[in-house]
Amino acid sequence: MDGNKDYHQVTEDIIRPIEMKPSRLWYIGFYISVALLLFGVYSVYREVTYGVGQWNLNKTIGWGWDITNFVWWVGIGHAGTLISAILLLFRQGWRTGVNRAAEAMTIFAVMCAGQFPIWHMGRVWMAFFVLPYPNTRGPLWVNFNSPLLWDVFAISTYFTVSLLFWYSGLLPDLATVRDRAKTKLRKLLYGIASFGWTGSTKHWQRHESLSLVLAGLSTPLVLSVHTIVSFDFATSVVPGWHTTIFPPYFVAGAIFSGFAMVQTLMIILRKVFALQDYITLGHIEAMNKVIVLTGSIVGIAYITELFIAWYGQNPYEWYAFKENRANLFSPYGWSYWLMMFCNVVSPQMFWFKKLRRNIAFTFFMSIIVNIGMWYERFVIIVTSTYRDYLPSSWSTYYSPSIWEIGFYLGTFGLFFTCFFLFSKYFPVIAVAEIKAVLKTSGENYKHKMTEIEKADAEKFYLDEVEHAH
Amino acid sequence: MAGGIKKFVVGSFDDEAVLFPAVKNVRRAGYKIHDVYTPFPVHGLDHAMGLRETSLHTAGFIYGITGTTTALTCISWIFTKDWPLNIGGKPHFALPAWIPITFELTVLFAAVGMVLTFCYLCQLSPFVKKHHFHPRATDDLFVMAIECTDKTNDAELESFLQRAGAKEVNVQRAETGWWIGRYDREQKLYRDNETGY
Repeated sequence: MDGNKDYHQVTEDIIRPIEMKPSRLWYIGFYISVALLLFGVYSVYREVTYGVGQWNLNKTIGWGWDITNFVWWVGIGHAGTLISAILLLFRQGWRTGVNRAAEAMTIFAVMCAGQFPIWHMGRVWMAFFVLPYPNTRGPLWVNFNSPLLWDVFAISTYFTVSLLFWYSGLLPDLATVRDRAKTKLRKLLYGIASFGWTGSTKHWQRHESLSLVLAGLSTPLVLSVHTIVSFDFATSVVPGWHTTIFPPYFVAGAIFSGFAMVQTLMIILRKVFALQDYITLGHIEAMNKVIVLTGSIVGIAYITELFIAWYGQNPYEWYAFKENRANLFSPYGWSYWLMMFCNVVSPQMFWFKKLRRNIAFTFFMSIIVNIGMWYERFVIIVTSTYRDYLPSSWSTYYSPSIWEIGFYLGTFGLFFTCFFLFSKYFPVIAVAEIKAVLKTSGENYKHKMTEIEKADAEKFYLDEVEHAH
Repeated sequence: MAGGIKKFVVGSFDDEAVLFPAVKNVRRAGYKIHDVYTPFPVHGLDHAMGLRETSLHTAGFIYGITGTTTALTCISWIFTKDWPLNIGGKPHFALPAWIPITFELTVLFAAVGMVLTFCYLCQLSPFVKKHHFHPRATDDLFVMAIECTDKTNDAELESFLQRAGAKEVNVQRAETGWWIGRYDREQKLYRDNETGY
């Protein structure tokens, strides 16, 4: 945290954007998002009214853009909880600057992801069939042994827990907005939203315990979600999908793309709301380090997968990799090499400190990574399905219809509409958490810490802990 | 909610380094600290005030294992007794395949249960209103409310707090419980309403 701050200044810096009229830029962005959202609504309307035939999904490509987009959005939805939960457990102090917005991003991304399997059902009015309840059809139960049902549980649990984690963290900050509100409407609404939070010491004690346990629960949860998504593929017998490497490979990819999306949003956010003191270059650099690490893990996974396809001596598996993917001149060869370039080659630039701390370059890279990660899912889904075991059905070249593209754009609309509203009406940085670390990591307090840090640990413990009370 | 109106002497501090010795001295002098309201979690303040550890995490554990048992019993009853489905000739009791859902329900029950318990214990809910001793308690002040008894000498306590480093000191009569209310207007409680209803 940079700059000369005290507690009140922190409140001022972070809450002020909520109390001011949004800028012209905010309105432009918001209206574009709403327009995209409406186009998405219309695209979905077409699909519901006329059926899934509105999309170019076909034999043998039953999953196309929709499931690609689903996996892509779920992946993006991993960074928020990772930042808040795993980095909390690893005691990474820098997370306080970015966790709130990253969690919001998670929730909105999972909302977008959920749209795809739901509308992909075709007869969406039957969507409740996925719920396990003693129904009037037998009672016929859902198949608890199916990864697709695991996904239903995983995504809905992940959404619920992320939402609870996010909102319980927001309560004290909403109370801060409420207590300094000048207008009646703001007092009323933030009064309702902050649940009557007072800041009592006992409540803080319970709040701390709650956050810690929720973080502990979210850590395996976030890893389980993309693992289960990868089971959708890995438990099938489709060449290119039937691999045991999928769970770790998907999780690493999810963190990779999630951090890229956090970078995209944070770089805009800190600029628009003048939060450079809170979301510092240090934060951006730290996240770039995570990107180069996970990008390299993804790269190793790609190469391992390719090697095992050859080494495994399964002719169908090897054909899928050699001819459908790695062969640049095959119909979808371009997408495989685009993916390789965006995800494996380009993040290696972040080994250079200069580039890790370059904002324009980071922004550009974050977009490249997200394009690459979208293509990863596209490659997995389409290149494995467009040539099945029956070569007579190989002639189709799948490209999306306008309503498929519209649906995807619509989720961008949903995501950014939510994010714009969030950035206007909620504290985008965890105010209370920043205050809690202000006296240890604030720039104007740091020098006082040096002496304490140099002190003898044994003596410090005896003086400060044993004799303190 | 049971609370009732009590009288408090309220001292507001602007630095936690001053607050800690103040809490210690106030307790040593025999006064009863009703609560200290802080803008962020001040580590060690709960111990300094002599509060016991919360057992919220234990509740979370119990909710978690409830989720585990719910998932396992439901799925095994459904797939072995209620409607045994033949899925590719595999065993009806397919425990490994149930691990993902069991895990998810464990987490779901623990998280939802803990948050609801947290809200219940702290009496937090939409439309709930409470007395706030100082509006800056959520901004930059640490607000200590000391409960007065019949024997408490207000003036003496006020000067005691001032000497302990409080920036603002005053006496407030306040409802200690919560009520259904809105934050955009001051409300009179029914019992204060002389005309009745």
